[in-house]
Amino acid sequence: MTYVADVVALTRKDLRVELRARDTLPAMLLFVLSTLVVFHFALPEGTGDDAAYGLLWVAIVFTALLGLARAWVPEHEHGVLDGLVLAPSDRSAIWLGKTLATLAFLVAAQVVALPAFVLFFAPLDLTALAGVLLADIGICSVGSLMAAMAAAGRSREVLLPLLVLPLAIPLIVGGVGAAISPEGARYLLLLALYDAVFSVLSWASFEYVVTE
Amino acid sequence: MGLALVLALIVAPEDLDQGVSQRIFYIHVPIALTAYFCFGLGAWKALRLLWRGDSRSDLESYVAIHQGTIFGALTLITGSIWAKASWGHWWLWSEDQLVLFLVLFLFYCAYFMLRFSLEEGPRRARSSAVFALFGVVLIPVSFLAIRLAEGLIHPTVFTREGPQMSGSMFATFCIAWAAVTLLAYVLYRVELVGKRLDSDLRELREAFE
Repeated sequence: MTYVADVVALTRKDLRVELRARDTLPAMLLFVLSTLVVFHFALPEGTGDDAAYGLLWVAIVFTALLGLARAWVPEHEHGVLDGLVLAPSDRSAIWLGKTLATLAFLVAAQVVALPAFVLFFAPLDLTALAGVLLADIGICSVGSLMAAMAAAGRSREVLLPLLVLPLAIPLIVGGVGAAISPEGARYLLLLALYDAVFSVLSWASFEYVVTE
Repeated sequence: MGLALVLALIVAPEDLDQGVSQRIFYIHVPIALTAYFCFGLGAWKALRLLWRGDSRSDLESYVAIHQGTIFGALTLITGSIWAKASWGHWWLWSEDQLVLFLVLFLFYCAYFMLRFSLEEGPRRARSSAVFALFGVVLIPVSFLAIRLAEGLIHPTVFTREGPQMSGSMFATFCIAWAAVTLLAYVLYRVELVGKRLDSDLRELREAFE
């Protein structure tokens, strides 16, 4: 039970910091909306809906990267991470708390972005929405681990996309497939498999990344 | 290695379908398999590092992945030449093995970016090890993903019924494979010895200062 309490406390800390500072969420929102507008001009007239779904996924991945790049910044600026690592709790709780907070930001950004997408481009059905949610889980869990690694490096803003993008390719395949394929359920299965495998892996390996 | 080249170029019978261009198969496939093997070795050493805290494994894992990346680049080049000769295109997105290899190649290039941006020490060793482990998990998952998304025209020589080639072709292939693996192993040892000397030297120098 203490584990759950730790995770909840850490997630709430991140959400509260965001509510006070408003560093990440407005940036993500503005970014995803501007990207959609740019895509409208980038797509030639008369391009089919399929291309729009592909671009939606580009927008989602880059919005997530924007949020992830900010994820560990408060921790590093004030040396909070050292304190958290020293705290008498399981270190993986830190990862889980950060993942949940990032996921909350990403979903919040999508609550605005997806209706905007439907308005501007093409309709989304239930399978596509489930695909978006499953891919969000995957990218946040892998991404928050990678962001923790990159944050210790010298060039973290450059490093993070390089680390996350190859890992995100199966998510994009699954997400686009869920949106456009007639048999979307298979792609949802792939996304769920990805989430399960990579969440467990990230959860288990986080401790090695943050301890000295 | 020389024997393998001779066998591959002269002795093995020509493929009826593809003619002379098929001979690159004896180089391309062993290199690809060796690259996969090097990545696997790197991940295995990484696992040992995390599990046992064996700090020598860090360098071994790094060197294995370095070799894997070099062989991976060679695979992409030879594969591309073969593809041009037999399919008429340098690159085909509809080809899942090509795409998988490219994804892996990018992933392991990012490994070097990560490694060189972190400061030396146990933390860098562990972060790199975690990343290397993600690589081997990524292989089956992206393979599944790409297979789901695409059609197939890659010649699948090894099927469930065993290798689909004649005896002398198979022998040539095995010798070529052994030769490339040997080459990779020698390169691995040489680089490892060099890197070890390097780090020993650095430690000595620091001890003197």
